Amino acid sequence: MVMKKYDAIIIGAGHNGLTNAAYLAKAGLDVVVVEKNDYIGGASTSREMHEGWVYSSASYVCSMLRQAIHRDLNLTKHGLILVPYLGTVNFGDDGSTLVDYPNEEAAYLELKRHSPHDADAMHRFQADLARYAQFIRKTLLRTPPDPTSLRPRDIRELMFLGKQFWALGEKEMYEYVRFFTMSAADFLEDYFENGLVKAAMSSAGIIGTALGVFSPGSAYILLHHVMGDVDGNIGAWGLARGGMGAISNAIAGAMQEHGGELRTNAGVSQVLVKNGKASGVVLESGEELYSGIVVSNLDAKRTFTKIMDRKDLPPGIFEKAEQFKIRGSSGKVNIALSALPKFKGLPDNRYIDRGGQGFTGSLETMERAYDCWKRGRWSDDPFVESVIPSAWDPTVAPPGKHWMSNFIQYCPPTLADGPWTPGERDRFGQAVVDKIERYSPGFKDLIVHMEVRTPHELEQEIGLTEGNIFQGELTIDQLLFNRPFPGYAQYRMPVKNLYMCGSSTHPGGGVSAACGANAAREILMDLKRPNTVPEDDFYDE
Amino acid sequence: MNTAEKYADERLMRSHFHPREAAWNVRDAWASWNGYKFAECYYDAEYEYFCVRNSCATYDICPMQKYYVQGRDAEAMLNRMVTRDISKLPLDRVTYVVWCTDQGRMVDDGTIFKLADDRFMLTCGSPCGAWLKMSAFGFSDVTVTDMSDHIAALSLQGPTSCAVLKKMGLHGIDSAKPFDIRHFPFHGDTLMVSRTGFTGDLGYELWVNPELALQMWDELYAAGADYNIQPFGEEATNMARLEAGFIMPGMEFNEALKTIHFEHDQTPFELNLGWLVDFNKPHFNGRNALLKEKERGPKYTLTRLDIEGNKPAEHSYLYSNKRCTREIGYVTSAMWSPAVKANIALAMVKTDCLEGEIWAEIYYEKELRQYNKAARCSVMKKPFWAPARARATPPPDY
Repeated sequence: MVMKKYDAIIIGAGHNGLTNAAYLAKAGLDVVVVEKNDYIGGASTSREMHEGWVYSSASYVCSMLRQAIHRDLNLTKHGLILVPYLGTVNFGDDGSTLVDYPNEEAAYLELKRHSPHDADAMHRFQADLARYAQFIRKTLLRTPPDPTSLRPRDIRELMFLGKQFWALGEKEMYEYVRFFTMSAADFLEDYFENGLVKAAMSSAGIIGTALGVFSPGSAYILLHHVMGDVDGNIGAWGLARGGMGAISNAIAGAMQEHGGELRTNAGVSQVLVKNGKASGVVLESGEELYSGIVVSNLDAKRTFTKIMDRKDLPPGIFEKAEQFKIRGSSGKVNIALSALPKFKGLPDNRYIDRGGQGFTGSLETMERAYDCWKRGRWSDDPFVESVIPSAWDPTVAPPGKHWMSNFIQYCPPTLADGPWTPGERDRFGQAVVDKIERYSPGFKDLIVHMEVRTPHELEQEIGLTEGNIFQGELTIDQLLFNRPFPGYAQYRMPVKNLYMCGSSTHPGGGVSAACGANAAREILMDLKRPNTVPEDDFYDE
Repeated sequence: MNTAEKYADERLMRSHFHPREAAWNVRDAWASWNGYKFAECYYDAEYEYFCVRNSCATYDICPMQKYYVQGRDAEAMLNRMVTRDISKLPLDRVTYVVWCTDQGRMVDDGTIFKLADDRFMLTCGSPCGAWLKMSAFGFSDVTVTDMSDHIAALSLQGPTSCAVLKKMGLHGIDSAKPFDIRHFPFHGDTLMVSRTGFTGDLGYELWVNPELALQMWDELYAAGADYNIQPFGEEATNMARLEAGFIMPGMEFNEALKTIHFEHDQTPFELNLGWLVDFNKPHFNGRNALLKEKERGPKYTLTRLDIEGNKPAEHSYLYSNKRCTREIGYVTSAMWSPAVKANIALAMVKTDCLEGEIWAEIYYEKELRQYNKAARCSVMKKPFWAPARARATPPPDY
């Protein structure tokens, strides 16, 4: 019997793997996506963990998904509706609250109640952020140029970047370079005086990263979180109707419509390399699949240290992968509630319920939580970012019941006194619930079911090394042409016919689908096939 | 004299639901419709639009015009007036109709409800009592009664709308097919519910005695509390109807009776509503002119466009070339569709240019500077938004 040979095997049915497969299939390639779990989506997934409740178990909101891809793959037809949610309320240590109302005037008046100075400064802050975001947004659906290469395409792309950079103007060019190395707190110090305003604005600078608000580099993380948009509203966040799995399911639908194949319960134990070229994979079942191309949606560390034979790699790559900065720092607590919780210090305003909650405290509280992480502990007063999607989305909880997504920064990948145990995990969950209870008396009585996920669970279930949600830190040493490693930023890996398409590649973490699409464009170029990946759609902004 | 009363005659009327709507209207954003104070939006137009697409929301249709047409000749009279054959319309069914001048130009569009063999309700956007009176000329047994101010009507639209009505106690509403009418006892009176709407989504319209309007609102909102019910205004309506491909007077068509310039009004064929014109039924208003129009083919055809880029093609001219030198039509309504993630428009395109290239010259502003660009348009055969739940019976709960 002649073994079937695919054109491409994509390892991992996360949203980027599925996007990559969709664009290869659209170009007419015979592709298969192999997934270790019995469900798809990786970190962008919806799972019924308690009868009647559908959790977005890992990622929970969406802002970076490239609109051009949504449109091009017709994800609406495949069931995806992205609903923007209203502004977030931030809770301060002293019991004060700061609501980011969706209405500009209302938001201004709310800020003014905290600090007239900051209300005015917010305009400059938002204009500056939008300017920075505009530059980096233009790179998202492009392959980073290799600055050491003299190939026409690299030079062309470098010139594109240069042109966009010059367009910022002299002052902003200096600012931009500073910005990449600053801490979120230092950056914000230039604008604001009110403690809660600073804390609220800085929280985006620590989400998913093993940096603190005072650590250099956290300013960029902040930008990474606000450069997305929903329908052109930069900085807005959306919920996928039906949970984050709706995104992966829609992309999978588009991929299958183009003839792509999907295999679940098919974890890969080894990438086959023959004569220096990737030639297929060995599944955990022992079954071998063959292909002209292998694309890994796993993170860089996992790809090169777990499913590759070290002797198949050129010298130095294994070490680079070992040293790849991918530190777990976040936890997730998903809670089923019997009713909508009420929070202290807030008016009975239904629209506030339909936004997010930031249990922010203050810059100092956030930094102390980071200190705990450094010592291999969790904080009893962690930063928690929450949203109650069921207040809007009728599909994720029974009528009148609710689902609350809680993201926790920080949570260590291993504890100071040993690995995670179920008991320690539950104690971590309890610390989170205790914190919410302080702001919402009676909250505990509403809990119907709870799923606690430390970096340990995130790694075990999703395969994110250390549970790092970005598949590698978003610091300048690992961004753009340095991501994942210098010299390998164009999705081609050190072994011929092996590519990477996950968030370990440019433009990094987040449900953007850009990594997968960019990798598909490079693969099609190598195969001399017509490109199927769209250009980004905001060049006339 | 009470100063509050000085301008009383100039003030807008208040809808039967106004006390509740005023409480919901956080933004004090009021427009008007047929003399009624009418919400532009209540909280945020896009939020309200997403309630229509994601959960459910209500739209006040008290200002919509409603006429009872009654008598033995009611059916014959209406059938003489509108272009569609309503003689086969079953009891407790609704149908969408247009009516035209003798020249075949569209006066208005609306719906006809068959409430009894000799009783119909006609609804439409603008007052048309005078036209109805003229249309009744020569029919001996027909009376027209303007019910506009005497029926409170509320449209409930969105994927959870059926679930909310079931929770409100309207047993059996889930078996109503699109365009069906149901009657429910309601506090000694009757609540009429039709499965109709203007959003292209699952939805219903509720018709009740004005004295029970607020009671109905309260019961509906109590039932809808767990289903994210929310009132929506004119802006959100306009977004939803455009995605559904529905036409609006003053946008897609200029009402014939208000048109000054020759042929600045439209025929049903131009509006792609030829399917509403039935030449097999007895004579109707505008028949001869429409027959000619059908044979000749309409000069323009209302077309759904998917336009590249994300700048809405509002007020754009259309051209057959990228350089924008050969004009072939104009955009009537345009928007970025948040649900479909497409830049959509309805446009009047010269019929003989539909097969060729279509380019929109799009004008937009960025921080006080004006920009324009040419964007390629593709013709969409189907509505931009037509979810299966809008047609399913019984509909899903969300």
